Amino acid sequence: MKEVELNTTTINFGPQHPAAHGVLRLVVELEGEVVQRAEPHIGLLHRGTEKLIEYKTYLQAVPYFDRLDYVSPMCQEHAFALATENLLGINVPERAKYIRVIFAEITRILNHLLNIPAYAADIGAVTPFLWCFEEREKLLEFHEAVSGARFHAAYFRPGGVHQDMPEGMEEKLFEHFKTLPKFIDDLESLLTNNRILRQRSVDIGIISKSEAIEWGCSGPVLRSAGVAWDLRRSQPYDAYDKVDFEVPVGKKGDCFDRYLVRIEEMRQSISIINQCLNKIKPGPISIEDNKITPPKRNQMKKSMEALIHHFKLFTEGYRVPAGQVYSAVEAPKGEFGVYLVSDGSSKPYRCKIRAPGFAHLQTLDRLSKGHLMADIAAILGSLDIVFGEIDR
Amino acid sequence: MIKILTKIDGINNVVNNNNLLEIEFEKNNIIKIFNELKDNTELNFNQLLDITAVDYPSREFRFDLVYILQSLTKNKKIILKTFIKENENIESITNIHKSADWYERECYDLFGIEFINHPDLRRIMTDYNFEGYPLRKDFPLTGHTEVRYDDLEKKVIYEPVKLTQEFRNFDSESPWEGMENKLFGDEKSTGEN
Repeated sequence: MKEVELNTTTINFGPQHPAAHGVLRLVVELEGEVVQRAEPHIGLLHRGTEKLIEYKTYLQAVPYFDRLDYVSPMCQEHAFALATENLLGINVPERAKYIRVIFAEITRILNHLLNIPAYAADIGAVTPFLWCFEEREKLLEFHEAVSGARFHAAYFRPGGVHQDMPEGMEEKLFEHFKTLPKFIDDLESLLTNNRILRQRSVDIGIISKSEAIEWGCSGPVLRSAGVAWDLRRSQPYDAYDKVDFEVPVGKKGDCFDRYLVRIEEMRQSISIINQCLNKIKPGPISIEDNKITPPKRNQMKKSMEALIHHFKLFTEGYRVPAGQVYSAVEAPKGEFGVYLVSDGSSKPYRCKIRAPGFAHLQTLDRLSKGHLMADIAAILGSLDIVFGEIDR
Repeated sequence: MIKILTKIDGINNVVNNNNLLEIEFEKNNIIKIFNELKDNTELNFNQLLDITAVDYPSREFRFDLVYILQSLTKNKKIILKTFIKENENIESITNIHKSADWYERECYDLFGIEFINHPDLRRIMTDYNFEGYPLRKDFPLTGHTEVRYDDLEKKVIYEPVKLTQEFRNFDSESPWEGMENKLFGDEKSTGEN
């Protein structure tokens, strides 16, 4: 037998490492400084969300979705709400659809405002982080105004949204989104033509069109490879068929393209929000069926019927007809899907969560092969990894 | 599209439910079916979105194994389902869809379904040296072991779960029928008097 001398070093990256974006343990095999193999060990943040949901009613399951990808909470509630509504066979009111789209897009901006500076910080730029966090804080105030919470909103519920936007919110949103494009320009002036950023990201971690599809990539990762695929466009849900927006695509599918796609998506999100604000009309914000959405508090003080409904909804919950469904939304990170199986009771029989990051992290080995060790940080950052959703 | 799908060997049942096609297939033909779904230009299901299972402990074919596929060219999603017994295994489709690698590992980890010819079938979600399959219905929600840092041994140790209060699963759907212990005077309510 021929003897082969291996001249590789194996190093352990993480699970506690700032560039790992959470608790990722990466076993990297290096030859010199060149990566031969990168093997992610995930599951360090596994909380058994899917198992827990099987023991909770449909309404109680909503907050678990905030805690998956904790930087884009509302988009995930959206997927669960759509899946449940699909099984229940209900259609939410127009105003609720617009509110959902507005907040899904705010969430998208929030997510990209975290990912872009975090990515930039990984490869050497610290200032954007401070800038973006200030901007994020302003947007989170809108989250707080409608739901009472900055992150774990539990705002999109099956049947609509929890409560209406407070008075004057539409004008405030409108005013705020006048200033945001200027901020994105400023952010771009810091980054897009920055020499260091370009050196560290152009031609790093290239993924081709066919590979991106093959590996199950979605969202900005798929679009950066040149595939114009956006669920908001191709399989529109809620009010996305009533707004006009563009789907940015990249050319090469490298880290830099992924960054550019995200920047452009923020601009498109602002345009979507503005269109929604122009189109939104007063009206009910959830279906008026007290078998699914709880009655108003002042009704409960007067009506026995309302009180009974309230009690039944918050003890037993509503029963969902037996069946299975797969609903997906275009979350900031990619296709976030919920496969829901109901056995006719008030608790889901099975709830499988399809997290975009799971598929993206799988490509890491392929993307980092042949690059330098330091590029792993860049690739990880550009894939937009959040462990809440990957480990579930 | 339904017509083409029903013609494929091994596909039993195609149901159109809310614009989502639900298909049942024979597990022995899996490789052929998935190749056909991917390569047939009329179908072109080129992206595997997810693999998962649903556990029905009382059934002979205990698991529903579910594959979710998407066609980017035809803009269509389908759910493929097959039934397998507890100790049965199934052919891996990693050679057809690369993304199946981790999805199959996850399924193996959480349900204990083995995939033949998988390049690297290891646990993925659970802890190193974990025992049991958490998403099976007979696995308790609280699990079997808990971990804590032991200051004397200076390391993290595993212990059996000790709960100060039992996990309570209320049967709120039929609170009266759910009660099993007889109360004094219950005999009067049978309606015979």
